[in-house]
Amino acid sequence: MTNRRAATLKPTYQTVTTVSGPLLILDKVTDVAYNELVEITAPDGTLRRGTVLEAMRGRAIVQVFEGTRGLDTKSTRVRLTGETMKTAVTSDLLGRILNGSGTPIDRGPPIVPDDELDLNGAPMNPDARQYPREFIQTGLSVIDGLNTLVRGQKLPIFSGSGLPHDRVAAQITRQAKIPGKEEQFAVILCAIGITAETAQFYMKNLEETGALATSVLVLNLADDPPIERIITPRTALTIAEYLAFEQNMHVLVILTDMLNYANALREISAAREEVPGRRGYPGYLYTDLSSIYERAGRIIGRSGTITQMPILTMPGDDITHPVADLTGYITEGQLITSRSLHNKGIYPPVDPAPSLSRLMKEGIGEGHTRADHNEVQAQLYYAASEGSDLRDLVAVVGEGALSDRDRVYLSFIETFETQFLNQGEFEERTIEQTLDLGWEMLSRFPERELKRIDPETIEKAKNQQLYRYAPSASEVN
Amino acid sequence: MTTRIGTIQRIAGPLIEADGLFGVTMFEVCRVGAEELIGEVNRIVGDRAYIQVYEETSGLKPGEKAVATGTSLDVELGPGLVGSIFDGIQRPLPSIKEAVGDFITRGITADPLPVDKKWHFQPTMEKGTSVSQGDVLGTVQETSVFLHKILVPPGIEGKITQIVPPGDYTIREVIAQVQTATGKEDLKLTQRWPVRIGRPYKTKISTEVPLYTGQRVIDTFFPVAKGGTGAIPGGFGTGKTVTLHQLAKWADAEIIVYVGCGERGNEMTEVLEDFPKLKDPKSGKSLMERTLLVANTSNMPVAAREASIYTGITLAEYFRDQGYNVALMADSTSRWAEALREISGRLEEMPGEEGYPAYLGSRLADFYERAGRVQTLGTDYRVGSVTVTGAVSPAGGDFSEPVTQSTLRITKVFWALDKDMASRRFFPAINYLQSYSLYKDELVPWYQKKMGSDWPELTEESLSILQRDKELREIVQLVGPDALPERERAILEAARMVKEDYLMQSALHPIDTYCPELKSYWMLKIIMAFWQRMRQAIDEGIPLRRIIALPVVGKIARMKVQPHEDVKVMEQYFKDLENEINNEFISIEVN
Repeated sequence: MTNRRAATLKPTYQTVTTVSGPLLILDKVTDVAYNELVEITAPDGTLRRGTVLEAMRGRAIVQVFEGTRGLDTKSTRVRLTGETMKTAVTSDLLGRILNGSGTPIDRGPPIVPDDELDLNGAPMNPDARQYPREFIQTGLSVIDGLNTLVRGQKLPIFSGSGLPHDRVAAQITRQAKIPGKEEQFAVILCAIGITAETAQFYMKNLEETGALATSVLVLNLADDPPIERIITPRTALTIAEYLAFEQNMHVLVILTDMLNYANALREISAAREEVPGRRGYPGYLYTDLSSIYERAGRIIGRSGTITQMPILTMPGDDITHPVADLTGYITEGQLITSRSLHNKGIYPPVDPAPSLSRLMKEGIGEGHTRADHNEVQAQLYYAASEGSDLRDLVAVVGEGALSDRDRVYLSFIETFETQFLNQGEFEERTIEQTLDLGWEMLSRFPERELKRIDPETIEKAKNQQLYRYAPSASEVN
Repeated sequence: MTTRIGTIQRIAGPLIEADGLFGVTMFEVCRVGAEELIGEVNRIVGDRAYIQVYEETSGLKPGEKAVATGTSLDVELGPGLVGSIFDGIQRPLPSIKEAVGDFITRGITADPLPVDKKWHFQPTMEKGTSVSQGDVLGTVQETSVFLHKILVPPGIEGKITQIVPPGDYTIREVIAQVQTATGKEDLKLTQRWPVRIGRPYKTKISTEVPLYTGQRVIDTFFPVAKGGTGAIPGGFGTGKTVTLHQLAKWADAEIIVYVGCGERGNEMTEVLEDFPKLKDPKSGKSLMERTLLVANTSNMPVAAREASIYTGITLAEYFRDQGYNVALMADSTSRWAEALREISGRLEEMPGEEGYPAYLGSRLADFYERAGRVQTLGTDYRVGSVTVTGAVSPAGGDFSEPVTQSTLRITKVFWALDKDMASRRFFPAINYLQSYSLYKDELVPWYQKKMGSDWPELTEESLSILQRDKELREIVQLVGPDALPERERAILEAARMVKEDYLMQSALHPIDTYCPELKSYWMLKIIMAFWQRMRQAIDEGIPLRRIIALPVVGKIARMKVQPHEDVKVMEQYFKDLENEINNEFISIEVN
């Protein structure tokens, strides 16, 4: 209580000297703290929020989240709060829709917070972390079989405009489960500058599956103030941390679209006239992004988890774009969608070759998925890369130049794409079905081609009728 | 050393400016604000000091005080280091967890080393002996494999007036007293050293022994010497961290210092969970008994990230001075360079290439120059080494960027990670045609002694096959494999064998993860023997199709998972395989 009273005693200033882009410069201030929250009253009486980006003696630079339209240097009033920015949290947030600053916008009852937590969180002590190992079944073969997701992982989808990343993400939220357990994920959908239409699509999807009651939607849509996008993901993750580590829930956070977040950061940086790094993004983009992505994981002794699935559309499908590049360096792998697979009608168009799940190795195998998982996926990867090399070759020299062995690989890659990768938007495959299908794909190869699989594993698969190689007539001769 | 108190004027991210600090020196440690956050002076203009702060600065206010302490950022060196995990400024993460819980807040002070723990000290010097800097006063058996030597700190010389008998002592107790020219000095089990200054040694000596890593592509083609430097640049997902973890696990150094600099929290957790369970192939003891971690993950304060590699290398030098071979891994130096860039940007310095400060190259050189094989201080002859391997994370995977280029100008080994190989799951994805090692020649005698006198020929031959393979593949891309004569298609087959059956190595397979010297030798010898026989057979007109259908081809593919604990059994296995190759070739040549 004393804190709150102290805060109300802080003075209000009417000393704005400059309004520039998203920034305000405030003069003649005393007792201003770096990063503190300020409340701005516009000449028309509306209330906005901002934080102190730079504190000097007698002067402060403030970023305004709801935009500076309508602010002036004459009658705009600014109040220092003496606190850093906080988010109200409670488990009653489940089922609610909030704006990017955490205020309800669904005409529901006001929120009675259990606690108010610092929006920026604090770095998790690496010594307190527990390594993620629990397999999440998404029902999609390309993910479960080849790029397995585990609880507490941060695995982004790198996509391009016009590709069905939203449908893939929605399918994952529908189907994600730990096989054999009844626990459900609480989903936090964090929309950062996406269209109302896309947000509606996600909402409808959650509603149809009855998951809306266990979801929190934090929405900053395309027509909402762009600078609010700086705090939108942090609001969502603060709520996620509360649900996971205080309320013991398994939380899946979808952050879409991180490009819009980075662009908001760039806008602030440009307004401050900072030295730009690559493509105009600030030099601290990596550090800043990591303060979002690292807020995922598990903690020793606490049963809740945070799994993150950020979505990022790469301008011009360029994976070397700074936002995609730095994201890839922080997250634990990436799923990359491919325009050419999409154009062939393959859904989900996730290209296995550049995709990767770094935490897969600990989450698969005996006791997690199935003993043969690692070898099957390694062999499928090998065969797919041979197959696509040959496809490139055939484009130049024609099929006539291929050997019999090459022809098998070429036919493999076709069925691999149309049968293994391709599946229905409402088709849910168990991990057993995915791996069995993998064996079916490999059954066209003789044993000596299966160099990535132990002979004992092959023997077992033969006995279980999973691996059924039948030599062709030409080979028998 | 007087303390001076200044007043904060400006706060912008990790950098603050404070007035009234006339006489403060560059890199002096300051305590900032009510919570006394730790910072270091980075620029001085008149009485104004620019201070980089090692903790989150939210809530600091202009007008609060900044106190110059008169000391430099230093580390405490002594028993208790091994097996620890520290943040960038040597605060143990477990102590931080105990103090504030699972999330790191600020303003925490923690003793770097356990102060209450008693160590069994065994003196090796007697009262009345004259000692000088670097002499061994006694030893502490710190872990079952590591003997910690207690050294006379640099700058101290004189006669021992007192030394304690063998017994259990804490790091705060005085264990000896030395009469120096200027007075009596109390010596304890620990000493302090500023992180930005390299610890002194007698002379640098030439490198002649490799850091054996058990990773075939490194040991065979691109070895790093003990005391050498290596860089491993690669885009994301190419396996930098896995390779560095493999080195930390299997390299034959006595002490490993792993610096996680601006990387993922879970990677540190992985080391903390895995290493205690893994056994050192040489000593058979847990790997954690020789490992230290410095972890400043990407979301921890950026200025402390800048300091973390200096903390790491100072720890490494301290063990070197005891006469040990130390290997330091820094993952990733690019994140360190970015921290440098961020602070430089806040200082409003004129940027060099891609916004990095103009002194990026010289700072990197300073760091890598602290590696080396040296004769240490001390009157007995001791040789120690620090090997430094740094990961580089080039933006967009483009090796022409400033951090990669500045690093390659200094380091002598370049392990180029290849995105294309990684996407084929060909690991380690070290490009065998682009990478290089400048130590290769000087290490030849060691390899000939350990592996076999024909080792240089075997490696040269296999590398030339890989080179030919690349050229032929370019032709195949244009005309198809059918257009190649059998002889050349045989080269493609031999290259496939070298790549898949030798270079490719699984970090996850319990046996394949580490390959001892003799096994590497035999594996390469077998493949080259097969290649020789294949070439002869082709000349005699035997079709390649029949050769690659030989049963022994499948056996060669599984050599890597052959157990190697019993050297005799292993050698017998390879000799049998050699015979099988001969017999099978004879059988097709007869038919």
